[in-house]
Amino acid sequence: MSDILDILASAGLWAAVLRIATPLIFATLGALLCERAGVLNLGIEGIMTFGAMIGWFAVWNGADLWTGLFVAALSGMVFGALHAALTVTLGLSQHVSGLGVTLFASSFSYYLFRLLVPVEGTPPKIIPFQPLHIPVLSDLPFLGQAVFTQTAPTWLAIVLALALAFTLFRTPLGLAIRMTGENPHAAESQGINPMVIRYGAVIAGSALMAMGGAFLTLSAFDSFIPTMVQGRGWICIALVVFASWRPGRALAGALLFAFFDAFQLRLQTVMGGALPYQLFLMVPFVLSILALAVMARRARVPQALMQPYRRGER
Amino acid sequence: MRFERREHIPPALAVLTPLIAVAISLALAGGLIALAGAPVLTAFGKIITGAFGSKLAVTETLARTAPLILTGLAAAVAFRARLWNIGAEGQLYLGAIAVAAASAHLFGGLPGVVQIPLLFVTGALAGMVLLLIPLWLRLRFQVDEVVTTLLLNFVALLFVSMLIDTVLKDPLAFGWPQSVPVASQAELPKIIPRSRLHIGLLVAVVLAFVVHFIQSRTAFGLQSRAAGLNPSGAAFAGVPLGRTLLLVAMLSGGLAGLAGAVEVMGITSYVTTELSPGYGYSGIVVAMLAGLNPLGVVLAALFTAVMFVGADAMSRSLAVPSYIADVTVALSLLTMLVAIFFTQYRIRR
Repeated sequence: MSDILDILASAGLWAAVLRIATPLIFATLGALLCERAGVLNLGIEGIMTFGAMIGWFAVWNGADLWTGLFVAALSGMVFGALHAALTVTLGLSQHVSGLGVTLFASSFSYYLFRLLVPVEGTPPKIIPFQPLHIPVLSDLPFLGQAVFTQTAPTWLAIVLALALAFTLFRTPLGLAIRMTGENPHAAESQGINPMVIRYGAVIAGSALMAMGGAFLTLSAFDSFIPTMVQGRGWICIALVVFASWRPGRALAGALLFAFFDAFQLRLQTVMGGALPYQLFLMVPFVLSILALAVMARRARVPQALMQPYRRGER
Repeated sequence: MRFERREHIPPALAVLTPLIAVAISLALAGGLIALAGAPVLTAFGKIITGAFGSKLAVTETLARTAPLILTGLAAAVAFRARLWNIGAEGQLYLGAIAVAAASAHLFGGLPGVVQIPLLFVTGALAGMVLLLIPLWLRLRFQVDEVVTTLLLNFVALLFVSMLIDTVLKDPLAFGWPQSVPVASQAELPKIIPRSRLHIGLLVAVVLAFVVHFIQSRTAFGLQSRAAGLNPSGAAFAGVPLGRTLLLVAMLSGGLAGLAGAVEVMGITSYVTTELSPGYGYSGIVVAMLAGLNPLGVVLAALFTAVMFVGADAMSRSLAVPSYIADVTVALSLLTMLVAIFFTQYRIRR
């Protein structure tokens, strides 16, 4: 019991929560934006992998870290355009198209990585984002260590969550996106082009997913390892449902989730050997399934989610 | 420009669709091989000889085809009923570990003729059980099974990893995390002696015919199809949706679990966390390339196995990463999706 209190009182735990949450925030916002416009994007896992690879590669090749993040976002947009072409223009199954994008994007990133980076004993490293020192706040006792030791992309992720919430619920563009996700025919009768909105949402959302992946290689770690995304994309798809398609709740959900993850990591070292480590690693996946079971019926699904839109066809 | 649904799908087009899709994906892969600075035609030549060039190569390719047929069938029967089982990878692992455990601790003393069928059933049951969780969550809480089956893949792999680290660890494996081996009577007989080609391939092909029969000739087959095409219409026509989906899930999960059983009993004889190079996920591609047709699955599985075995051989002699096989197979899924679309629609200005 006192072990648990020790963990909760350590600044390291809370710093880890924000760090673990960051890629989830980026990618959950991305998935949420796609789904608000009516497109399920299961390309997420592969897009995150590709973003992690290409962002890292750009920096390893001499680009600065922000350029790396930008390159990752651009790659996400390309895969987003591919997913939109399949699901919006052709109206194909969003499930299968998304899985196809994931299989392609992840295998393509492994292929390119092997091709571009000479095989060495240990994977080559870059110098990742350093914690951003915020005057006054970072020097606060406890809070400075626990909260204000994050790298810049973490703050960017939080700002983006607020920006997305504002855009979706307080601007005409957000209304157009939500209408497209609820009823594209009604949206069209209001002079909105659902195809354009869906393309835009999927491309922008995929950029966010790739940035989430790039955070792993540019801030959380310093090298690219195949399979490093480790199901985070699927967890984010579950988080969108948990958040009931609201950016603020997505932010809260990602933080809650990261809290459990950071907590289990520390519990693992405290409990050392009493339980198999695999049980702890299962926690995020089991939690996601539980979250889905609890929230799925309560959540308000965008009504046109997964329904292709074809003009003049019902 | 807009798309117009075709009144009739030309039969020739339907047959050609997968061939066109595969051709386009190979052309795109050729571009990637050129990107690696390797001669494209030589590389394709080496893929073909790598997969068929010798007796060893042929048996290796066919040995790889067996699990791909089974995971391909698992995806095909589920997708036909719009049950999106993406969890074949986890079901495969659970089937494999169940077989190792049952052979080592339950049926180990039984002769092969009895033990092998019992272990097939064990593996299939383990796969079924894992798919029943997401099915229950869908029927009870309306949770999308795509996400839950994907998440369960990670849970299943960690579960297997835990078992082979603890209770099912092989004490004679010098500390390597691998499971206790199956009894020697449980090892599948070889089709060709001194190769890795075992009777699992025959089992898989026979099952493809069985599934084809079930789908085209039984009431359950038609009901599962109706449940996929139009659930509310099917319910109105008296199709018991819940029961149909349950049977589909048992069939699909069972086939995936069997894939794991066959791999353990035919190839490795013990379980590690590297038992499957993504057979579960490749099964999805196999099913789509086959147009969800069980007999087509056999051919699509063969194509996928050729790519994997051939690309491995090719990358040993040319500086092209063997991931080219994964890329080509993934690309063939995307090109197949587009190709199917153009058999159903045509472009109108």
